[in-house]
Amino acid sequence: MNLLNQVLQGLLLGGYYAVLACGLSFMFGVMRIINLAHGSLAVVAAYLLWWLAEPLGWHPLLALLAVLPAMALLGWALHYLVLERSARLGALVPLLATFGLASVIDNALFQHFGADTRSLANAIGTLAYDSWELPGGLYVGQLPTLVLVLAVLLLGGLHALLAHTPLGRQIRAASEDADTARLVGVRTGTVFAAASAITMVTVTLAGASLALRATFDPFSGPQQLIFAFEAVIIGGAGSLWGTLLGGVVLGVAQNLGAQVHPQGFLIAGHATFLVILLARLYAGGALRRFFSNPLRRATP
Amino acid sequence: MSSSSNAMLLSIESVNAHHGQLPAVRDVSLQVRQGDIVALVGANGAGKTTLLRTVAGAHRASGGTVRWEGADITRMPAHQRVAEGLALVPEGRRLFTAMTVRENLLVARAAGRRGLWSFDTVLDAFPQLVPKLDARAGDLSGGQQQAVAIGRALMTNPRLLLLDEVSLGLSPLAVQGVYDALRGVTGQGTTLVLVEQDLQRVQAVASRIVCMLEGRVVADAPADQLTREQITAHYFGAQRPGAAADASAVPAEAAAHTHHLHKEAA
Repeated sequence: MNLLNQVLQGLLLGGYYAVLACGLSFMFGVMRIINLAHGSLAVVAAYLLWWLAEPLGWHPLLALLAVLPAMALLGWALHYLVLERSARLGALVPLLATFGLASVIDNALFQHFGADTRSLANAIGTLAYDSWELPGGLYVGQLPTLVLVLAVLLLGGLHALLAHTPLGRQIRAASEDADTARLVGVRTGTVFAAASAITMVTVTLAGASLALRATFDPFSGPQQLIFAFEAVIIGGAGSLWGTLLGGVVLGVAQNLGAQVHPQGFLIAGHATFLVILLARLYAGGALRRFFSNPLRRATP
Repeated sequence: MSSSSNAMLLSIESVNAHHGQLPAVRDVSLQVRQGDIVALVGANGAGKTTLLRTVAGAHRASGGTVRWEGADITRMPAHQRVAEGLALVPEGRRLFTAMTVRENLLVARAAGRRGLWSFDTVLDAFPQLVPKLDARAGDLSGGQQQAVAIGRALMTNPRLLLLDEVSLGLSPLAVQGVYDALRGVTGQGTTLVLVEQDLQRVQAVASRIVCMLEGRVVADAPADQLTREQITAHYFGAQRPGAAADASAVPAEAAAHTHHLHKEAA
Protein backbone atom coordinates (compact mmCIF):
# COMPACT_ATOMS: atom_id res chain seq x y z
CA MET A 1 0.00 0.00 0.00
CA ASN A 2 2.90 2.32 0.80
CA LEU A 3 4.34 1.72 -2.66
CA LEU A 4 0.98 2.50 -4.26
CA ASN A 5 0.79 5.68 -2.21
CA GLN A 6 4.25 6.75 -3.32
CA VAL A 7 3.34 6.13 -6.96
CA LEU A 8 0.15 8.12 -6.48
CA GLN A 9 2.02 11.03 -4.87
CA GLY A 10 4.60 10.80 -7.67
CA LEU A 11 1.80 11.03 -10.22
CA LEU A 12 0.54 14.20 -8.57
CA LEU A 13 4.04 15.68 -8.41
CA GLY A 14 4.39 14.78 -12.09
CA GLY A 15 1.41 17.02 -12.79
CA TYR A 16 3.42 19.99 -11.51
CA TYR A 17 6.44 18.98 -13.57
CA ALA A 18 4.23 18.71 -16.64
CA VAL A 19 2.88 22.25 -16.11
CA LEU A 20 6.44 23.44 -15.60
CA ALA A 21 7.81 21.61 -18.63
CA CYS A 22 5.10 22.15 -21.22
CA GLY A 23 6.27 25.68 -22.05
CA LEU A 24 9.83 24.50 -22.50
CA SER A 25 8.61 21.68 -24.71
CA PHE A 26 6.28 23.97 -26.69
CA MET A 27 9.01 26.52 -27.39
CA PHE A 28 11.44 23.83 -28.45
CA GLY A 29 8.82 22.12 -30.62
CA VAL A 30 7.81 25.33 -32.36
CA MET A 31 10.99 27.37 -32.56
CA ARG A 32 13.73 24.82 -31.87
CA ILE A 33 14.91 27.05 -29.03
CA ILE A 34 15.88 25.68 -25.61
CA ASN A 35 15.05 28.53 -23.27
CA LEU A 36 17.48 28.29 -20.36
CA ALA A 37 15.68 31.20 -18.67
CA HIS A 38 12.50 29.09 -18.46
CA GLY A 39 12.80 28.29 -14.74
CA SER A 40 13.82 31.84 -13.85
CA LEU A 41 10.84 33.24 -15.76
CA ALA A 42 8.55 30.90 -13.81
CA VAL A 43 10.06 32.33 -10.62
CA VAL A 44 9.46 35.88 -11.95
CA ALA A 45 5.78 34.96 -12.32
CA ALA A 46 5.78 33.50 -8.81
CA TYR A 47 7.25 36.72 -7.41
CA LEU A 48 4.75 38.88 -9.30
CA LEU A 49 1.89 36.80 -7.89
CA TRP A 50 3.35 36.92 -4.40
CA TRP A 51 3.88 40.68 -4.63
CA LEU A 52 0.27 41.28 -5.67
CA ALA A 53 -1.18 38.80 -3.17
CA GLU A 54 0.92 39.44 -0.06
CA PRO A 55 2.12 43.06 0.20
CA LEU A 56 -0.77 44.42 -1.88
CA GLY A 57 -3.39 42.00 -0.57
CA TRP A 58 -4.95 40.93 -3.86
CA HIS A 59 -6.81 37.64 -4.06
CA PRO A 60 -4.42 35.10 -5.65
CA LEU A 61 -6.88 34.40 -8.48
CA LEU A 62 -7.21 38.10 -9.26
CA ALA A 63 -3.43 38.39 -9.14
CA LEU A 64 -3.15 35.50 -11.59
CA LEU A 65 -5.59 37.20 -13.97
CA ALA A 66 -3.38 40.29 -13.91
CA VAL A 67 -0.06 38.47 -14.21
CA LEU A 68 -1.08 36.18 -17.10
CA PRO A 69 -1.45 38.95 -19.73
CA ALA A 70 1.59 40.79 -18.35
CA MET A 71 3.74 37.69 -18.75
CA ALA A 72 2.26 37.05 -22.21
CA LEU A 73 3.35 40.56 -23.22
CA LEU A 74 6.76 39.85 -21.74
CA GLY A 75 6.92 36.71 -23.89
CA TRP A 76 6.01 38.73 -26.99
CA ALA A 77 8.76 41.24 -26.21
CA LEU A 78 11.20 38.48 -25.32
CA HIS A 79 10.73 37.01 -28.77
CA TYR A 80 11.56 40.21 -30.62
CA LEU A 81 14.28 41.44 -28.24
CA VAL A 82 16.15 38.21 -27.51
CA LEU A 83 14.95 35.00 -29.15
CA GLU A 84 14.48 36.07 -32.77
CA ARG A 85 17.69 38.11 -32.84
CA SER A 86 19.77 35.36 -31.26
CA ALA A 87 18.19 32.57 -33.35
CA ARG A 88 19.32 34.37 -36.51
CA LEU A 89 22.92 33.84 -35.42
CA GLY A 90 22.77 30.06 -35.07
CA ALA A 91 21.52 27.35 -32.73
CA LEU A 92 24.06 28.04 -29.96
CA VAL A 93 23.39 31.75 -29.55
CA PRO A 94 19.85 31.42 -28.10
CA LEU A 95 21.27 29.02 -25.50
CA LEU A 96 23.88 31.59 -24.48
CA ALA A 97 21.43 34.47 -24.62
CA THR A 98 18.81 32.74 -22.46
CA PHE A 99 21.51 31.53 -20.05
CA GLY A 100 22.61 35.15 -19.65
CA LEU A 101 19.00 36.24 -19.29
CA ALA A 102 18.49 33.70 -16.49
CA SER A 103 21.52 35.08 -14.63
CA VAL A 104 20.22 38.62 -14.98
CA ILE A 105 16.75 37.62 -13.75
CA ASP A 106 18.02 35.61 -10.77
CA ASN A 107 20.30 38.38 -9.58
CA ALA A 108 17.74 41.12 -10.20
CA LEU A 109 15.22 39.17 -8.09
CA PHE A 110 17.84 38.72 -5.38
CA GLN A 111 18.65 42.41 -5.38
CA HIS A 112 15.01 43.44 -5.23
CA PHE A 113 13.44 40.79 -2.98
CA GLY A 114 16.42 39.55 -0.99
CA ALA A 115 17.25 35.95 -0.15
CA ASP A 116 14.10 35.20 1.90
CA THR A 117 12.00 32.28 0.74
CA ARG A 118 8.40 33.11 -0.17
CA SER A 119 5.21 31.16 -0.68
CA LEU A 120 1.58 31.81 -1.54
CA ALA A 121 0.36 28.84 0.49
CA ASN A 122 -0.91 31.11 3.25
CA ALA A 123 -3.03 33.05 0.75
CA ILE A 124 -5.21 30.06 -0.17
CA GLY A 125 -6.18 28.93 3.31
CA THR A 126 -6.56 25.22 3.89
CA LEU A 127 -6.42 24.34 0.18
CA ALA A 128 -2.64 24.20 0.58
CA TYR A 129 -2.89 21.11 2.78
CA ASP A 130 -6.46 19.76 2.45
CA SER A 131 -6.78 16.29 0.96
CA TRP A 132 -9.33 13.81 -0.29
CA GLU A 133 -9.46 10.31 1.14
CA LEU A 134 -9.49 7.49 -1.38
CA PRO A 135 -10.56 3.89 -0.75
CA GLY A 136 -7.82 1.87 0.95
CA GLY A 137 -6.72 4.66 3.24
CA LEU A 138 -4.94 6.65 0.54
CA TYR A 139 -4.97 10.43 0.58
CA VAL A 140 -4.44 12.84 -2.28
CA GLY A 141 -3.78 16.51 -1.71
CA GLN A 142 -6.42 18.76 -3.20
CA LEU A 143 -3.93 21.30 -4.50
CA PRO A 144 -1.63 18.71 -6.19
CA THR A 145 -4.72 17.11 -7.73
CA LEU A 146 -5.85 20.47 -9.08
CA VAL A 147 -2.36 21.05 -10.50
CA LEU A 148 -2.50 17.65 -12.23
CA VAL A 149 -5.90 18.57 -13.69
CA LEU A 150 -4.39 21.91 -14.76
CA ALA A 151 -1.57 20.03 -16.50
CA VAL A 152 -4.03 17.88 -18.46
CA LEU A 153 -6.16 20.89 -19.38
CA LEU A 154 -3.12 22.93 -20.36
CA LEU A 155 -1.62 20.23 -22.55
CA GLY A 156 -5.04 19.42 -24.02
CA GLY A 157 -5.56 23.11 -24.70
CA LEU A 158 -2.20 23.47 -26.41
CA HIS A 159 -2.90 20.36 -28.47
CA ALA A 160 -6.32 21.70 -29.48
CA LEU A 161 -4.80 25.09 -30.32
CA LEU A 162 -2.23 23.49 -32.61
CA ALA A 163 -4.63 21.06 -34.23
CA HIS A 164 -7.83 23.01 -34.62
CA THR A 165 -7.19 26.74 -34.90
CA PRO A 166 -5.84 28.96 -37.70
CA LEU A 167 -3.09 30.17 -35.36
CA GLY A 168 -2.18 26.58 -34.55
CA ARG A 169 -1.95 25.70 -38.24
CA GLN A 170 0.26 28.71 -38.82
CA ILE A 171 2.47 27.80 -35.86
CA ARG A 172 2.90 24.26 -37.18
CA ALA A 173 3.54 25.44 -40.73
CA ALA A 174 6.12 27.99 -39.57
CA SER A 175 7.68 25.38 -37.32
CA GLU A 176 8.04 22.91 -40.18
CA ASP A 177 9.23 25.31 -42.88
CA ALA A 178 9.30 29.01 -42.05
CA ASP A 179 10.41 30.08 -45.55
CA THR A 180 7.51 28.31 -47.24
CA ALA A 181 5.09 29.51 -44.57
CA ARG A 182 5.99 33.09 -45.51
CA LEU A 183 5.34 32.22 -49.16
CA VAL A 184 1.73 31.34 -48.33
CA GLY A 185 1.23 34.55 -46.38
CA VAL A 186 2.08 33.49 -42.83
CA ARG A 187 3.67 36.31 -40.81
CA THR A 188 6.19 34.04 -39.18
CA GLY A 189 7.60 36.72 -36.89
CA THR A 190 4.16 37.41 -35.44
CA VAL A 191 3.36 33.72 -35.23
CA PHE A 192 6.54 32.95 -33.30
CA ALA A 193 5.94 35.94 -31.04
CA ALA A 194 2.45 34.59 -30.33
CA ALA A 195 3.99 31.20 -29.56
CA SER A 196 6.37 32.90 -27.12
CA ALA A 197 3.44 34.68 -25.48
CA ILE A 198 1.57 31.37 -25.16
CA THR A 199 4.69 29.83 -23.66
CA MET A 200 4.79 32.57 -21.05
CA VAL A 201 1.18 31.88 -20.14
CA THR A 202 2.19 28.30 -19.32
CA VAL A 203 5.25 29.62 -17.48
CA THR A 204 2.99 31.84 -15.36
CA LEU A 205 0.77 28.89 -14.48
CA ALA A 206 3.90 26.95 -13.54
CA GLY A 207 5.05 29.86 -11.38
CA ALA A 208 1.64 29.99 -9.72
CA SER A 209 1.75 26.25 -9.05
CA LEU A 210 5.22 26.60 -7.57
CA ALA A 211 4.21 29.51 -5.36
CA LEU A 212 1.08 27.75 -4.11
CA ARG A 213 2.52 24.31 -3.41
CA ALA A 214 6.04 25.14 -2.17
CA THR A 215 8.46 27.89 -1.31
CA PHE A 216 10.67 29.77 -3.73
CA ASP A 217 13.56 32.20 -3.64
CA PRO A 218 15.42 34.25 -6.28
CA PHE A 219 17.64 31.30 -7.19
CA SER A 220 14.89 28.67 -7.51
CA GLY A 221 14.85 29.09 -11.29
CA PRO A 222 17.77 26.84 -12.26
CA GLN A 223 16.39 23.97 -10.14
CA GLN A 224 12.98 24.34 -11.81
CA LEU A 225 14.69 24.42 -15.20
CA ILE A 226 16.45 21.13 -14.46
CA PHE A 227 13.18 19.43 -13.48
CA ALA A 228 11.46 20.83 -16.58
CA PHE A 229 14.35 19.81 -18.81
CA GLU A 230 14.37 16.28 -17.42
CA ALA A 231 10.62 15.92 -17.92
CA VAL A 232 10.93 17.16 -21.51
CA ILE A 233 13.77 14.78 -22.33
CA ILE A 234 12.07 11.80 -20.67
CA GLY A 235 8.84 12.50 -22.54
CA GLY A 236 10.43 13.40 -25.86
CA ALA A 237 11.57 16.88 -26.81
CA GLY A 238 8.74 18.88 -28.32
CA SER A 239 6.12 16.26 -27.44
CA LEU A 240 3.17 17.74 -25.57
CA TRP A 241 1.59 14.57 -24.18
CA GLY A 242 5.07 13.12 -23.81
CA THR A 243 5.76 16.01 -21.46
CA LEU A 244 2.96 14.83 -19.17
CA LEU A 245 4.36 11.32 -19.31
CA GLY A 246 7.86 12.65 -18.64
CA GLY A 247 6.68 14.68 -15.68
CA VAL A 248 4.87 11.71 -14.18
CA VAL A 249 7.84 9.37 -14.70
CA LEU A 250 10.13 11.93 -13.06
CA GLY A 251 7.75 12.51 -10.15
CA VAL A 252 7.22 8.80 -9.50
CA ALA A 253 10.97 8.10 -9.74
CA GLN A 254 11.72 10.87 -7.24
CA ASN A 255 9.09 9.69 -4.77
CA LEU A 256 10.23 6.07 -4.98
CA GLY A 257 13.86 7.18 -4.63
CA ALA A 258 12.98 9.08 -1.49
CA GLN A 259 11.72 5.82 0.00
CA VAL A 260 15.11 4.21 -0.49
CA HIS A 261 17.26 7.00 0.92
CA PRO A 262 16.68 10.57 2.11
CA GLN A 263 18.90 11.82 -0.74
CA GLY A 264 17.19 9.45 -3.16
CA PHE A 265 14.55 11.98 -4.24
CA LEU A 266 16.86 13.94 -6.52
CA ILE A 267 19.24 11.09 -7.33
CA ALA A 268 16.47 8.78 -8.56
CA GLY A 269 15.05 11.54 -10.76
CA HIS A 270 18.42 12.37 -12.30
CA ALA A 271 19.25 8.65 -12.74
CA THR A 272 15.95 8.00 -14.51
CA PHE A 273 16.60 10.98 -16.77
CA LEU A 274 20.09 9.71 -17.63
CA VAL A 275 18.94 6.15 -18.34
CA ILE A 276 16.20 7.38 -20.67
CA LEU A 277 18.52 9.90 -22.32
CA LEU A 278 21.11 7.18 -23.01
CA ALA A 279 18.39 4.82 -24.24
CA ARG A 280 17.16 7.49 -26.62
CA LEU A 281 20.68 8.21 -27.86
CA TYR A 282 21.61 4.58 -28.45
CA ALA A 283 18.27 2.90 -29.09
CA GLY A 284 17.10 2.02 -32.57
CA GLY A 285 14.88 3.99 -34.86
CA ALA A 286 11.68 2.56 -33.42
CA LEU A 287 12.22 4.24 -30.07
CA ARG A 288 13.27 7.47 -31.74
CA ARG A 289 10.15 7.44 -33.88
CA PHE A 290 8.08 6.86 -30.75
CA PHE A 291 9.58 9.96 -29.19
CA SER A 292 9.47 12.04 -32.35
CA ASN A 293 7.98 15.52 -32.36
CA PRO A 294 4.19 15.31 -32.13
CA LEU A 295 3.73 19.00 -32.87
CA ARG A 296 4.34 17.93 -36.42
CA ARG A 297 2.11 14.92 -36.05
CA ALA A 298 -0.79 16.77 -34.49
CA THR A 299 -3.87 16.45 -36.64
CA PRO A 300 -7.48 17.41 -36.03
CA MET B 1 -1.45 36.09 -77.30
CA SER B 2 0.54 38.52 -75.18
CA SER B 3 -1.81 41.34 -74.40
CA SER B 4 0.50 44.31 -74.47
CA SER B 5 -2.45 46.65 -73.91
CA ASN B 6 -3.13 45.06 -70.54
CA ALA B 7 -1.99 46.68 -67.33
CA MET B 8 1.56 46.17 -66.18
CA LEU B 9 1.60 43.82 -63.20
CA LEU B 10 5.23 42.98 -62.54
CA SER B 11 8.29 44.88 -63.63
CA ILE B 12 11.75 43.54 -62.94
CA GLU B 13 14.41 46.17 -63.52
CA SER B 14 18.10 45.23 -63.73
CA VAL B 15 17.77 42.75 -60.88
CA ASN B 16 20.78 40.90 -59.52
CA ALA B 17 20.78 38.06 -56.99
CA HIS B 18 23.57 36.04 -55.46
CA HIS B 19 24.08 32.74 -53.69
CA GLY B 20 26.86 33.74 -51.34
CA GLN B 21 29.51 35.26 -53.58
CA LEU B 22 28.18 33.57 -56.71
CA PRO B 23 25.95 35.63 -59.00
CA ALA B 24 22.81 33.65 -59.86
CA VAL B 25 20.75 36.39 -61.54
CA ARG B 26 22.57 39.12 -63.48
CA ASP B 27 20.99 42.36 -64.54
CA VAL B 28 17.67 40.79 -65.44
CA SER B 29 14.86 42.99 -66.71
CA LEU B 30 11.45 41.56 -67.42
CA GLN B 31 7.90 42.81 -67.57
CA VAL B 32 4.73 40.86 -67.02
CA ARG B 33 1.32 42.20 -67.94
CA GLN B 34 -2.08 41.15 -66.69
CA GLY B 35 -3.15 37.97 -68.48
CA ASP B 36 0.32 36.98 -69.66
CA ILE B 37 1.49 33.39 -69.45
CA VAL B 38 5.24 33.75 -69.37
CA ALA B 39 7.45 30.67 -69.55
CA LEU B 40 10.99 30.89 -68.22
CA VAL B 41 13.25 28.32 -69.86
CA GLY B 42 16.91 27.60 -69.50
CA ALA B 43 19.39 24.99 -68.40
CA ASN B 44 19.96 24.03 -64.78
CA GLY B 45 21.78 26.85 -63.03
CA ALA B 46 20.50 29.48 -65.46
CA GLY B 47 18.96 31.44 -62.57
CA LYS B 48 15.28 30.73 -63.21
CA THR B 49 14.45 29.50 -59.72
CA THR B 50 16.46 32.27 -58.06
CA LEU B 51 14.66 34.84 -60.19
CA LEU B 52 11.24 33.49 -59.18
CA ARG B 53 12.27 33.35 -55.52
CA THR B 54 13.57 36.91 -55.72
CA VAL B 55 10.27 38.09 -57.18
CA ALA B 56 8.36 36.21 -54.45
CA GLY B 57 10.51 37.69 -51.70
CA ALA B 58 12.09 34.39 -50.67
CA HIS B 59 15.51 35.51 -51.90
CA ARG B 60 17.03 38.94 -51.40
CA ALA B 61 17.86 40.93 -54.52
CA SER B 62 21.41 42.26 -54.38
CA GLY B 63 20.63 44.96 -56.92
CA GLY B 64 17.90 46.35 -59.12
CA THR B 65 14.22 46.90 -58.49
CA VAL B 66 11.13 44.70 -58.44
CA ARG B 67 7.94 46.65 -59.05
CA TRP B 68 4.39 45.47 -58.50
CA GLU B 69 1.86 47.65 -60.32
CA GLY B 70 4.51 50.35 -60.36
CA ALA B 71 5.30 50.24 -56.63
CA ASP B 72 8.76 49.22 -55.48
CA ILE B 73 8.47 45.92 -53.58
CA THR B 74 12.15 44.98 -53.69
CA ARG B 75 12.46 45.02 -49.89
CA MET B 76 8.92 43.91 -49.12
CA PRO B 77 8.68 40.72 -47.00
CA ALA B 78 7.35 37.61 -48.73
CA HIS B 79 4.12 37.43 -46.70
CA GLN B 80 3.23 41.00 -47.69
CA ARG B 81 3.78 40.19 -51.36
CA VAL B 82 1.33 37.32 -50.93
CA ALA B 83 -1.16 39.79 -49.51
CA GLU B 84 -0.58 41.95 -52.60
CA GLY B 85 -1.51 39.02 -54.86
CA LEU B 86 1.82 37.42 -55.70
CA ALA B 87 2.22 33.70 -54.97
CA LEU B 88 4.93 31.15 -55.66
CA VAL B 89 4.57 27.41 -56.09
CA PRO B 90 8.14 26.51 -55.15
CA GLU B 91 10.37 23.94 -56.76
CA GLY B 92 10.04 20.60 -55.00
CA ARG B 93 6.51 21.62 -53.87
CA ARG B 94 7.66 22.30 -50.27
CA LEU B 95 4.42 21.11 -48.70
CA PHE B 96 4.00 21.01 -44.96
CA THR B 97 4.39 17.26 -45.03
CA ALA B 98 3.29 16.52 -41.47
CA MET B 99 0.07 18.46 -41.96
CA THR B 100 -2.99 17.16 -43.76
CA VAL B 101 -4.06 18.26 -47.23
CA ARG B 102 -6.90 20.23 -45.65
CA GLU B 103 -4.49 22.01 -43.31
CA ASN B 104 -2.05 22.76 -46.12
CA LEU B 105 -4.84 24.49 -48.00
CA LEU B 106 -6.36 26.28 -45.02
CA VAL B 107 -3.05 27.65 -43.74
CA ALA B 108 -2.80 29.68 -46.95
CA ARG B 109 -5.77 31.74 -45.81
CA ALA B 110 -3.28 33.58 -43.58
CA ALA B 111 -2.72 36.31 -46.16
CA GLY B 112 -6.38 37.20 -45.87
CA ARG B 113 -6.93 37.91 -49.58
CA ARG B 114 -10.47 37.30 -50.73
CA GLY B 115 -11.40 36.43 -54.27
CA LEU B 116 -12.58 33.69 -56.58
CA TRP B 117 -10.54 31.00 -54.93
CA SER B 118 -11.80 29.41 -51.77
CA PHE B 119 -11.43 25.99 -50.18
CA ASP B 120 -14.39 24.72 -52.21
CA THR B 121 -13.36 26.19 -55.56
CA VAL B 122 -9.83 24.84 -55.16
CA LEU B 123 -11.29 21.39 -54.58
CA ASP B 124 -13.47 21.88 -57.66
CA ALA B 125 -10.28 22.56 -59.64
CA PHE B 126 -8.46 19.59 -58.08
CA PRO B 127 -11.19 17.00 -57.42
CA GLN B 128 -8.55 14.29 -56.89
CA LEU B 129 -7.79 15.92 -53.52
CA VAL B 130 -11.30 15.48 -52.11
CA PRO B 131 -10.79 11.90 -50.87
CA LYS B 132 -7.34 12.83 -49.57
CA LEU B 133 -8.26 15.84 -47.46
CA ASP B 134 -7.38 14.18 -44.17
CA ALA B 135 -4.28 12.41 -45.45
CA ARG B 136 -0.86 13.74 -44.57
CA ALA B 137 0.52 15.74 -47.48
CA GLY B 138 3.80 13.86 -47.21
CA ASP B 139 2.02 10.58 -47.93
CA LEU B 140 0.56 11.66 -51.29
CA SER B 141 1.82 10.81 -54.77
CA GLY B 142 3.88 13.37 -56.66
CA GLY B 143 0.94 14.49 -58.80
CA GLN B 144 -1.32 14.85 -55.81
CA GLN B 145 1.36 16.80 -53.95
CA GLN B 146 1.73 19.15 -56.90
CA ALA B 147 -2.04 19.65 -56.91
CA VAL B 148 -1.88 20.55 -53.21
CA ALA B 149 1.02 22.94 -53.84
CA ILE B 150 -0.86 24.74 -56.60
CA GLY B 151 -4.11 24.65 -54.64
CA ARG B 152 -2.35 26.09 -51.61
CA ALA B 153 -1.01 28.97 -53.70
CA LEU B 154 -4.46 29.55 -55.21
CA MET B 155 -5.95 29.79 -51.72
CA THR B 156 -4.06 33.10 -51.42
CA ASN B 157 -6.08 34.37 -54.41
CA PRO B 158 -3.04 35.47 -56.40
CA ARG B 159 -3.17 37.83 -59.34
CA LEU B 160 0.22 36.54 -60.43
CA LEU B 161 1.12 32.91 -59.88
CA LEU B 162 4.76 31.91 -60.12
CA LEU B 163 5.22 28.19 -60.82
CA ASP B 164 8.63 26.59 -60.49
CA GLU B 165 9.07 23.26 -62.32
CA VAL B 166 5.52 22.06 -61.72
CA SER B 167 6.03 18.98 -63.91
CA LEU B 168 9.33 17.90 -62.35
CA GLY B 169 9.28 14.23 -61.35
CA LEU B 170 5.66 13.69 -62.37
CA SER B 171 4.26 11.04 -64.70
CA PRO B 172 2.99 12.30 -68.08
CA LEU B 173 -0.57 11.71 -66.91
CA ALA B 174 0.00 13.73 -63.75
CA VAL B 175 1.63 16.52 -65.75
CA GLN B 176 -1.36 16.61 -68.06
CA GLY B 177 -3.64 16.84 -65.03
CA VAL B 178 -1.65 19.74 -63.63
CA TYR B 179 -1.74 21.65 -66.90
CA ASP B 180 -5.44 20.98 -67.36
CA ALA B 181 -5.98 22.56 -63.95
CA LEU B 182 -3.73 25.49 -64.84
CA ARG B 183 -5.86 26.13 -67.90
CA GLY B 184 -8.75 26.62 -65.51
CA VAL B 185 -6.62 28.95 -63.39
CA THR B 186 -5.72 31.19 -66.31
CA GLY B 187 -9.36 31.10 -67.37
CA GLN B 188 -10.12 32.85 -64.07
CA GLY B 189 -7.81 35.70 -65.09
CA THR B 190 -4.72 34.74 -63.11
CA THR B 191 -1.43 35.71 -64.71
CA LEU B 192 1.26 33.01 -64.79
CA VAL B 193 5.03 32.96 -64.84
CA LEU B 194 6.22 29.39 -65.02
CA VAL B 195 9.55 27.64 -65.13
CA GLU B 196 9.29 24.61 -67.37
CA GLN B 197 11.80 22.30 -69.05
CA ASP B 198 9.37 20.70 -71.50
CA LEU B 199 9.69 22.98 -74.53
CA GLN B 200 6.79 21.39 -76.40
CA ARG B 201 4.49 22.10 -73.49
CA VAL B 202 5.94 25.58 -73.09
CA GLN B 203 5.10 26.42 -76.68
CA ALA B 204 1.60 25.04 -76.23
CA VAL B 205 0.66 26.99 -73.10
CA ALA B 206 2.81 30.14 -72.95
CA SER B 207 2.02 33.48 -74.51
CA ARG B 208 5.62 34.56 -74.06
CA ILE B 209 8.88 32.71 -73.68
CA VAL B 210 11.86 34.07 -71.79
CA CYS B 211 15.10 32.15 -72.10
CA MET B 212 17.79 32.47 -69.43
CA LEU B 213 21.43 31.54 -69.63
CA GLU B 214 23.99 31.91 -66.87
CA GLY B 215 21.78 34.30 -64.92
CA ARG B 216 20.88 36.53 -67.87
CA VAL B 217 17.83 36.80 -70.09
CA VAL B 218 19.02 35.94 -73.59
CA ALA B 219 15.67 35.86 -75.36
CA ASP B 220 12.24 37.30 -74.68
CA ALA B 221 9.61 36.95 -77.38
CA PRO B 222 6.00 35.90 -78.01
CA ALA B 223 5.75 32.12 -77.95
CA ASP B 224 4.31 31.83 -81.43
CA GLN B 225 7.23 33.76 -82.88
CA LEU B 226 10.03 31.57 -81.52
CA THR B 227 10.77 28.23 -83.11
CA ARG B 228 11.78 25.24 -81.06
CA GLU B 229 15.21 25.44 -82.69
CA GLN B 230 15.64 29.06 -81.67
CA ILE B 231 14.66 28.29 -78.09
CA THR B 232 17.07 25.38 -78.02
CA ALA B 233 19.83 27.56 -79.39
CA HIS B 234 19.20 30.18 -76.70
CA TYR B 235 18.90 27.43 -74.12
CA PHE B 236 22.44 26.23 -74.82
CA GLY B 237 23.88 29.66 -75.60
CA ALA B 238 24.42 28.80 -79.26
CA GLN B 239 22.83 31.99 -80.59
CA ARG B 240 25.21 34.49 -82.13
CA PRO B 241 24.61 38.14 -83.08
CA GLY B 242 25.11 37.37 -86.71
CA ALA B 243 22.59 34.55 -86.81
CA ALA B 244 20.37 36.50 -89.17
CA ALA B 245 18.44 33.48 -90.35
CA ASP B 246 17.28 32.77 -86.82
CA ALA B 247 16.67 36.40 -85.95
CA SER B 248 14.59 36.92 -89.08
CA ALA B 249 12.00 34.58 -87.66
CA VAL B 250 11.54 36.93 -84.74
CA PRO B 251 9.43 40.04 -85.33
CA ALA B 252 10.65 43.54 -84.66
CA GLU B 253 9.22 43.72 -81.12
CA ALA B 254 10.92 40.50 -80.07
CA ALA B 255 14.10 41.39 -81.87
CA ALA B 256 14.31 44.59 -79.89
CA HIS B 257 14.09 42.52 -76.73
CA THR B 258 16.75 40.11 -77.78
CA HIS B 259 19.20 42.29 -79.69
CA HIS B 260 21.41 43.41 -76.82
CA LEU B 261 21.02 40.06 -75.14
CA HIS B 262 22.53 38.30 -78.13
CA LYS B 263 25.57 40.47 -77.74
CA GLU B 264 25.89 39.47 -74.10
CA ALA B 265 25.44 35.81 -74.85
CA ALA B 266 28.03 35.85 -77.61
